[in-house]
Amino acid sequence: MTLTTQTPATTANTPALRQARAPAGKAVTLDASEPLRLESGKTLAPFTIAYETYGELNDAKSNAILVCHALTGDQYAASVHPVTGKPGWWETMVGPGKPVDTERFFVICSNVLGGCMGSSGPASINPATGKPYGLDFPVITIGDMVNAQVRLIDHLGIHELFSVIGGSMGGMQVLQWAAKHGDRVFSAIPIAAAAWHSSQNIAFHEVGRQAVMADPEWCQGSYLSHDRNPERGLAVARMAAHITYLSEDALHRKFGRNLQNRDDRSFSFNADFQVESYLRHQGSTFVDRFDANSYLYITRAMDYFDLAAENNRVLADAFRGTRTRYCVASFTSDWLYPTRESRKIVQALNAVAANVSFVEIESDKGHDSFLLEEPELFATISGFLNAGAMKRGIALKPEDKA
Amino acid sequence: MSTSAPALGMAGAEPIDPATGAPYRADHLLIAEMVAVGSRVLDVGCGDGALLQLLADTRAVDGRGIEVEREKVNACVARGLSVIQGDADADLTDYPAQAFDYAVLSLTIQATQHPKTVLENLLRIGRHAIVSFPNFGHWSVRAKLLLTGRKPTTRNLPEPWYLSPDSHLCTIADFVDLCADIDAEVEQAVAINTWGRRLPINRSIRLQNLFGEKAVFVLKGRD
Repeated sequence: MTLTTQTPATTANTPALRQARAPAGKAVTLDASEPLRLESGKTLAPFTIAYETYGELNDAKSNAILVCHALTGDQYAASVHPVTGKPGWWETMVGPGKPVDTERFFVICSNVLGGCMGSSGPASINPATGKPYGLDFPVITIGDMVNAQVRLIDHLGIHELFSVIGGSMGGMQVLQWAAKHGDRVFSAIPIAAAAWHSSQNIAFHEVGRQAVMADPEWCQGSYLSHDRNPERGLAVARMAAHITYLSEDALHRKFGRNLQNRDDRSFSFNADFQVESYLRHQGSTFVDRFDANSYLYITRAMDYFDLAAENNRVLADAFRGTRTRYCVASFTSDWLYPTRESRKIVQALNAVAANVSFVEIESDKGHDSFLLEEPELFATISGFLNAGAMKRGIALKPEDKA
Repeated sequence: MSTSAPALGMAGAEPIDPATGAPYRADHLLIAEMVAVGSRVLDVGCGDGALLQLLADTRAVDGRGIEVEREKVNACVARGLSVIQGDADADLTDYPAQAFDYAVLSLTIQATQHPKTVLENLLRIGRHAIVSFPNFGHWSVRAKLLLTGRKPTTRNLPEPWYLSPDSHLCTIADFVDLCADIDAEVEQAVAINTWGRRLPINRSIRLQNLFGEKAVFVLKGRD
């Protein structure tokens, strides 16, 4: 397989686009009477949030956990993805008997605002024009994503979330929840996250966006109206980004300098090396399920994230007076959201005498470790959630009520 | 001392840490007696969380911990304690003044790089500081040095000098001097003998320094 031989598919009726406009799972649309005020000053109305839930809400509505997904994740954390048919992206963490135990907790996972799995985003139809938004979709922030989630939680009739948990961009949402809606968050678990996007991270995102925008199929963002799709650009963006999610050690262990299906070099630009073949596969499968403009919008939202900025660069002030219990986790080999970024969060929380736990997990699998089977991480999160659930009086199973 | 929690006598059956099955350390039991019920405690160098667990279970304490070793931190969090990975030398400066009722440093001060700074930070963070340490002035230590001419190793300090993490060993008398130097008020000073029993000679620092194997000090900064 090579990228260069692919013919760009038409987009009008791909499985991914169908999901963007009519998700297979749950969705709530808030009409024009309840516009979402965005950080940019614009408003969005109506808007839709697509979500999935797992487990049952107890009578006290005290056992809800919001799972926040990362850049290219979606609401299918613990159920089959309707486009790829693959298991949920966090099935190791969320499910019956798992650390986020769906027999005990009511788990909500929503597609972020700007996403392409059913929540309002650039692939959605703009009600004002009847055409896909494309670049007419307003630029959104992590704060806007969280405000949309707040609306969803309101809609579900839940006042306080027992916990908000997420890795990477999901961790940013967790921090935003705790900083801005602390009275509604009993505990917060930001994993492999940061309180602001570093300039290195912005730089990688810019490479990805430029790859998309350099693809002539992108059509200045209006490819959906022209029945085209910047697949090659998006695949390159994904390939570059994927490298940042791994580590040198993990890549070396997995691929070394091994050749792909051949005994010697081909003296061409085919995918001679296994690592090339792997990255091309990552790129080509990604474009089947993800919208290129969504990728631009969500990476932008991450770039803009900076919890210290509105507090005169004193991060601690973002958390002053917090009553939320925190469990911060990082991974030794994560160079995209390194441990020192988690430590900055912990230092800020200590400075306001918050209740905080912090673990650094030994793993050579890089940033993506948060998605993988990491027993130390699981033990940490189980222990943290159990201790909180006991304090909060949440029974092991909702029907076990005293 | 407040008394609504069960009293922890030094004699009788040894209380057991339910998470590890190990008996609680004598200095931990003593610290648990000194801490007021329902108070906020920071345990610096909290290890596997035994003291925090004991304080939570018997004194209804709102406890936090700092521990340098990753595996121990993870074990603490997995058992539901609020613990961060960090160390006394680097991370105490982050905490605001008077954030805790007690800042505890149990058998750790001798392993810090800057014991004086650490102690000053403890007194700033906590309304009280509780510090326990192995007493290098114990008669057996003195006798070993006198008779063998080599740096003594003991049950509490088993490593030879070149392997020991304990770069700042002190005697009870040394510690009293440091307290005077940083103008800390000694509210309570208790020495424990080899069998984990409180010495009956509480008033004489000189005798405690000779017969105490470990010491537990409760300190307060002078305003």
